[in-house]
Amino acid sequence: MRATQGTLRSKLVLSVVGWLVVFVFFFPVLWMWLESLKTETQAASSPPTIFFVPTLTTFQEVLSGDFPPFFINSAIASLVSTFLVLVLGLPAAYALAIRPVKRTQDVLFFFISTRFLPFAASLVPLYLLARDLQLLDNILALILIYTTINLPLGVWLLRSFLLEIPPDLFEAARVDGAGFRNEILQIVVPLIAPGLAATSLICLIFSWNEFFYAVNFTSSVAATTPIFLVGFISGRGLFYAKLAAAATVSSLPVLLAGWIAQRQLIRGLTMGAVK
Amino acid sequence: MAILRSVVGSGGARGSAASVSRRESWARRLPLLPAFIYAFVLTQIPFALTVYYSFFSWNLLKPGSFRFAGLENYAGLVTDEHVRTAVWNTVLLTVSVITISVVLGMAVAMLLNSEVFGKGIMRTLMIAPFLIMPTAGALIWKHTLLNPLYGLLPYLLKPFGLGRVDWVGQFPMVTVVTVEVWRWTPFMMLIILAGLQSQNPEVLEAARVDGANALQSFRRITLPLVRPFIELGALLGSLFVVQTYDSIYMLTYGGPGEDTTNVPFLLYLVAFQGYSIGQASAIGVVAVIITIIVATFALRTLFTIFQVEARR
Amino acid sequence: MTERKLRSPDHRARPRSAVTLIAGLVLVLVGVACSGAGGGGGGGATTITLGSVDNPSMTDLKKLVPDFESAHSGIKVNIVTLPEDQIRQQVTQDVATQSGRFDLFTIGTYEVPLWANKKWLENLDPYIAKDSAYDPGDLIPGIKTALTYKGNLYAVPFYGESSMLMYRKDLLAAKGITMPDHPTWDQVAAAARAVNSPNVNGICLRGLPGWGEQLAPLDTVVNTYGGRWFDMNWNAQLNSQQWKDALTFYVKLLKDAGEPGAGSAGFTECLNAYNNGKVAMWYDATVAASFFTGDAAKNSGYAFAPTKVKDWSGWLWAWTLAMGSASKKKDAAWTFMDWATSKDYAKLVGTKLGWARVAPGTRTSTYSIPEYKAASAGFAQVTLDSISHADVTHATVDSVPYVGIQYVDIDEFQQLGDQVSQEFAKVIAGNQTVDQALQKAQALATDVGKKYQH
Repeated sequence: MRATQGTLRSKLVLSVVGWLVVFVFFFPVLWMWLESLKTETQAASSPPTIFFVPTLTTFQEVLSGDFPPFFINSAIASLVSTFLVLVLGLPAAYALAIRPVKRTQDVLFFFISTRFLPFAASLVPLYLLARDLQLLDNILALILIYTTINLPLGVWLLRSFLLEIPPDLFEAARVDGAGFRNEILQIVVPLIAPGLAATSLICLIFSWNEFFYAVNFTSSVAATTPIFLVGFISGRGLFYAKLAAAATVSSLPVLLAGWIAQRQLIRGLTMGAVK
Repeated sequence: MAILRSVVGSGGARGSAASVSRRESWARRLPLLPAFIYAFVLTQIPFALTVYYSFFSWNLLKPGSFRFAGLENYAGLVTDEHVRTAVWNTVLLTVSVITISVVLGMAVAMLLNSEVFGKGIMRTLMIAPFLIMPTAGALIWKHTLLNPLYGLLPYLLKPFGLGRVDWVGQFPMVTVVTVEVWRWTPFMMLIILAGLQSQNPEVLEAARVDGANALQSFRRITLPLVRPFIELGALLGSLFVVQTYDSIYMLTYGGPGEDTTNVPFLLYLVAFQGYSIGQASAIGVVAVIITIIVATFALRTLFTIFQVEARR
Repeated sequence: MTERKLRSPDHRARPRSAVTLIAGLVLVLVGVACSGAGGGGGGGATTITLGSVDNPSMTDLKKLVPDFESAHSGIKVNIVTLPEDQIRQQVTQDVATQSGRFDLFTIGTYEVPLWANKKWLENLDPYIAKDSAYDPGDLIPGIKTALTYKGNLYAVPFYGESSMLMYRKDLLAAKGITMPDHPTWDQVAAAARAVNSPNVNGICLRGLPGWGEQLAPLDTVVNTYGGRWFDMNWNAQLNSQQWKDALTFYVKLLKDAGEPGAGSAGFTECLNAYNNGKVAMWYDATVAASFFTGDAAKNSGYAFAPTKVKDWSGWLWAWTLAMGSASKKKDAAWTFMDWATSKDYAKLVGTKLGWARVAPGTRTSTYSIPEYKAASAGFAQVTLDSISHADVTHATVDSVPYVGIQYVDIDEFQQLGDQVSQEFAKVIAGNQTVDQALQKAQALATDVGKKYQH
C-alpha cells in the first residue's frame, strides 16, 4: 500500500516538473503560433498583446502566393537524402560495429572529419562546380549535399544503436544459417527501430530546415521551404505576424514527422529472454 | 551480476577485427564501401577545390583580379586579431552550448523515460524547438521575446525592474548561447532517450530488488549504459554547434563589435561581405587543420565511444 | 537458451512494410521532381527569373504579374524574393560568375554605378529610346542622376526614398513645441530631450549595425556636420573634428532621449516604437509614413531631414530593375522592366490595389495624380522635394572623390561600413567610447583608402 502511494506521488511530482520544463522549452513555439493568429499591429504591440481575438487573415496572406512548389521541393530533398543516408549508412555502421573492419577508428574519424570544413569557405568553389555541371537550380544538387552532410551523423548514430544489440542474437542467427541480408532485415532493423526513427527524424529536420546551401544553389524551380520563409522578412514594413505564420506552416511537416517518429521511440529494444 | 555481463556484451559473436583472413577482410569492407566512396568523392573534391583557391587571390567584385598568390592568404592568419577573436568565440560558444544542453537533455530524457502523465505529448512538444527553422526561431526570439520595447520577456520582467534591459545588445553572447541551448537540448534528449530506451528494464528491476536506491541505480547502471549516448550527442552536437551561423546572423550579426563572431561567421563576412574568395578558402583550410588536431586529441582521450576496443 | 524467439512475425513485417512505403513515396516524389525540373514553360513561352528584394512595392508587383502575363502572352515571370542582404549576395555571385540564375534583378543605387563600371549591366538607353511612352525625363531628377553612368541609364527605379523627420504633433504641442519645416539638429535634439519621459522617449534613431541600417541616418548627420569619409586624395577623415562631433551628438542623443535597445534598432523596430506611441519623433525613410496606424497616422507631422552646416541632408535610395549584360533574354526582361516602371503601371497599382500603394519616389508624374495626392496627403510633398534635392554627387561640404550620400560608392564599402557600424553599435550599447571607435574606424578606412591612392 505504502509503495503504491509513494509511486503515485512521485509520478505526480515528476509529471509536474516535467510539464514545467517542457512548457518553458515549448513556449517560444507556442508564442510563435499565437503571433501568427494576430494582425501585424497586434504582433508588435507595446505592451505585448496577450489576449486577443484570433484571426486567420495573416495565414491567408501568407498562403496566397504559389507556395506548394517550395514544400514539394523540400519534401523531395529531405526524404530522398534521408533515405540515402539510411541505405548507405546502415551497412556502413554494420561494418563498423557488428563485423568491424580493421581500421574502424580511422574510418570513423574520416566520417567525422568531412564535417570540419566550414561551408562558407567552400561555397564559391562548389558553386562554380555546380554551375559547370548544370546543377544550379536543380533539386538533385540539394539531395547530394544533404546526404553528404548527414551521412556522418547517420553512420555514427546507427553504429551506436547497433552496438546495443546483444551478440548472442547474432550467434543464434548464424547457427540458424541466416545470411547477411537476413541478419540485417530480420534482426537488426526491428531491434534498432527507435534508433532508426531517431536518426531519420534528425536527418529530416536538418535537411528540411537547411537554408544556406538552398539559397545559394537554387533560384525559382528548386527553391525550398526556408527560402519561402525568409521571403517574408521585409526591409520596409511590419512582418512579424506573417513570419510567424510562415514559420508555423513551414514546420508543420517536420512536426508531423516528429510525432510519427516518437511513437517508434517508445518501443525499447527488448533484449530477448534472459536466463 | 551475471545478468549484466551477458547484456553488456561478451564480444563472442562479434568477431574481433584482429584475427580474420584476407577474404573475410574484404567481405567486411564491402558494406562500408558505398558510404565511404560517396563521402570521399563528395567531400574531398570540394576540399581540394578550396585548397586550390586558397593559393589564389580573387575578389569577386573585381573582374580580372584572379591571380596566383602563393602563400599570401596564409601569411597573416595566425597573428590576425579577427581570427583569434573568432576562434575564442567559437570555443566559448561551443563548450557552453554543448555542456548546458547535454545536462538539460539528460535531465529531460530521464524525466520522459520515467512514469509521468502524458509522455507522448510531452515528447512531441519537447522536440518542437529543434523543428523550427533556425533563422525563424532566432528572429522570433529577437523581436517578439527579447525586444525591450515590445518583446514579451522585458514585459514580464518589468515588475523586477529589468524591463529596459537590451539583452541582445548588452549580453550578446549570453543571448546566442541561450537560443542555441534552447535549440539543441531536444537533440541531446532524443539521442539520450533512445539510449535510455535500450536499457533492459529487468536489469533495473533486479537492482532494485537487490536493494539499490534511485541514486545508486543511476550512478552504477544507468549512467555507464547511457554514457556512450551522452558522448555521442556531445560529439555530434559539437560538429554542428561549431558551425553555428543562422542564429548569429539573425540575432547579433556577429556583434556588437566582434563579440559574437565565430569562425563560420567570420568566414561568411570575408567571403560574402568582402568577397575575398582566396582568403576565405585559406581560413577554411586552416580551420580544418586545427580542427583535425583538436579532434584527434579529444577523441582519443575523452571519448570512450571512439575506443573501439572497449566494446569487446 | 537455444530456444529463442527473436521476434513475433508482425514485428518483422512492420519495418519491412514501412520501408516499402517510404521507398514508394520516394520514387513518386523523384518522378515528380524530374518532370518538374525538366519541364518549365509552356510551348514557346520565354520564362524570365527575377531576383528581388522583399519590399512592399515588390509585393504589389508580384500580385500584378498576372496582368503582365495576360498582356504579354509569350513571357512568363518567376519572382524570387529574399531579404536585402541575401538577394544582394546572390545577385552579386550570379552576375560575377555569369551563372545565369537571374535574368533580371533588383539592385540599389549603390550597385548601379559600380556594376555599370564593371560592364556587368546592360545599357538601357537604346531600349528606352524604342519606347516613346516611357518618358525617362519624368523620373525624379535625384534618382535619375544616381542611376546614370557616363550619360546612360543602367537601371530603372520601381521604388525610391529619401529621409525625413516624422513627429507626433500632439506630443510636441503638449510641451509647447512646434517643429519648423526645415529644422536643425540642435532644434530636434532640444525637442527630443524636452519631450522625453519614462514612458515615451523623445526620438527613435537607428543603431542596428549595418552599412544600410545604422550608417544611413548617421552618415547624413556626418554630412550635414561638414564631415566626409575621404578627402580628394583618399585619406580617411574619420579622425576629423566633424566626425567626432557628429558621432558624439548621435550617441548622446540616443542615450538621453532615444529608444531602449537602440543598438539593435533598425527600421522595423523604430516603426513599431513610433506606431505604439513609445517615441515622439523618428528620423528615417520617407516611405515610413505609409505604414503608420492609429494615433501615429492621425497626429503625425513631417519635416525635412534636419541640418547643421549643410542644407538638404536627406539620403537617397532607390530599388531598381536591371539586367545583366550577358543575359540571354534581354528583350523579354526589358519588356517586363518597361511595364513595371511605366506611368501606366502606377495607375494600375492605384486602381487595383489602392492609391496609397503606388510606388513612391520614382516618377514626378505620380505626384500629380489627384487620387495619389489625396491618399498620401502630408508626406508626399516632403518625399518628392527631399528626393529632388538629394544629390549623390554633392552630398558633403568639402569635395570628395566618391559619389553617394549615406554610403561611399566603392566595392569595399559593404565591408568597411559594416565593420565601422559594429564599432559604433558598441558605443551605443555603452561598451566603448566615441574616441576608441573612431580610432578603429579610422584604421579600417585608411586601409581601404590606400587601395585608391595612386
